[in-house]
Amino acid sequence: MKLSENKQVIGGRPPFLLGPFALFSLLFLVYFSGVYHAANAECLMRGTGDLGIVIERASGSVQVVDTTARSSLFRVGGLGDLSHASAVFSRDARYAYIFGRDGGLSKIDLLCGSLEQRVVQAGNSIGGAISQDGSLVAVSNYTPGGVKVFDAESLAQVADLPAADTDGRLSKVVGLVDAPGQRFVYTLYDAGEIRSVDMNDPEKPEVQRFRDIGRLPYDALITPDGRYYIAGLFGEDGLAMLDLWQPQQGVRRILDNYGKGEEKLPVYKMPHLEGWAMAGRQVFLPAVGRHEVLVVDSDSWKEAGRIAVHGQPVFVVAQPGGRRVWVNFAHPLNDTVQVIDTLSLQVVHTFKPGKGVLHMEFSPRGEAVWISVRDADAVQVYDTTSFMQLAELPVEKPSGIFFTSRAHRTGL
Amino acid sequence: MLKHSPALLALIISCPVIAMAEVPDAERQAQLLYLLKHDCGSCHGMTRKGGLGPALLPENLHDFPVEFLVTTILDGRPGTPMPPWRGELSDADAQWLVEALNRGEGL
Repeated sequence: MKLSENKQVIGGRPPFLLGPFALFSLLFLVYFSGVYHAANAECLMRGTGDLGIVIERASGSVQVVDTTARSSLFRVGGLGDLSHASAVFSRDARYAYIFGRDGGLSKIDLLCGSLEQRVVQAGNSIGGAISQDGSLVAVSNYTPGGVKVFDAESLAQVADLPAADTDGRLSKVVGLVDAPGQRFVYTLYDAGEIRSVDMNDPEKPEVQRFRDIGRLPYDALITPDGRYYIAGLFGEDGLAMLDLWQPQQGVRRILDNYGKGEEKLPVYKMPHLEGWAMAGRQVFLPAVGRHEVLVVDSDSWKEAGRIAVHGQPVFVVAQPGGRRVWVNFAHPLNDTVQVIDTLSLQVVHTFKPGKGVLHMEFSPRGEAVWISVRDADAVQVYDTTSFMQLAELPVEKPSGIFFTSRAHRTGL
Repeated sequence: MLKHSPALLALIISCPVIAMAEVPDAERQAQLLYLLKHDCGSCHGMTRKGGLGPALLPENLHDFPVEFLVTTILDGRPGTPMPPWRGELSDADAQWLVEALNRGEGL
């Protein structure tokens, strides 16, 4: 096992050559602790506030990127099946935790470009979250359906929360987020249920259940203030909303009149409810099975408008500050990105980065947006004011892009 | 040129049914495998081990009749997120995809 199998320095100095003792130590660590450790690797001496990662979904690797230089620093491989992958960051923003499709939970050191820890904790997983205090990482699993919680430092398991319904059947878990009060909130896809778990005492997790929220909730999000948790429903109209400041009020349905009696289009890719596209009082959400973005008033939680767009939205994300909302689309219209002005509710810009636009991520204060273009094997960087392209990085089948500014935001 | 190819002739003789159903050509097959991996893969997993949708490995499929699987691809499964792919995929495309899935092709 050599370092180079997991790490590749991109555009930098040659990799540090290991002496015989270092190599022996490394082999010892790999064999006897099950941990990939790269303490002797060449590490960068710098801050991480302008770093991030891009998932290479087909090759089980990520690239560590620098959003100031708009360049790639490292490639880190050996991360398993990343066909559906997401990431969160430690609160010191040095480490990324990557959740892979195959149940793998990997901890990456951004400064060393190394795989620090990796556990395969389930057969099939979908996403994860890091706790308010940064001490716990939770993973939501499809197989076996449930949530597992790990120590963020060691990745030792601290809690197992099977998502059993009243008949004991395990449900797939979606929409896992962190919430204030050292909580995780998640949704049971098959059972149609929201659960909120208090992890203040990791030995004794306290689970609250909210049942009958609606059919086939496919994803969920939490507002940046940590107050509202909202699950999108595939099996019926509307969304299920839980006010975490007043959980005793239970889950209420919002936008339940949206699209009543109208024929939905076939959905070739499930929308993602990630982040929170909010501008003033208005919230922007992808409509399921329609070429529309929904606008919701966050005081009344009533529909405040519909914006006709190019295709079925997948991600509807506000650039920092909320002045504009950016939208990408499901197959077969996934070559296009549209930008919505949040004052006029008009599409103000449409462009085609290329086939397979899978994700968009903004620099911390929003002057640039990074866009994954799967079929071009590239990540493109655009100026969010002029819409001019600023850079393009070669990335193999890129999907999710995650910047360290997420480390300090609830729900990301 | 092609019609004199012994390999193709052998294929036609050994698989008369498939040959008559207009097997997608090599370019189309490559497109179908790409679609399978990247677009079907967003729900069923790029390695077909399942996700929001069920696993599509040969051992998961062999209990289902081929026609049922072809119909599922073309017409979707109402009440589930599986959409109909008719319009984008022809009958021959769907037939070939089911055979490719049953063979575990491209895994």
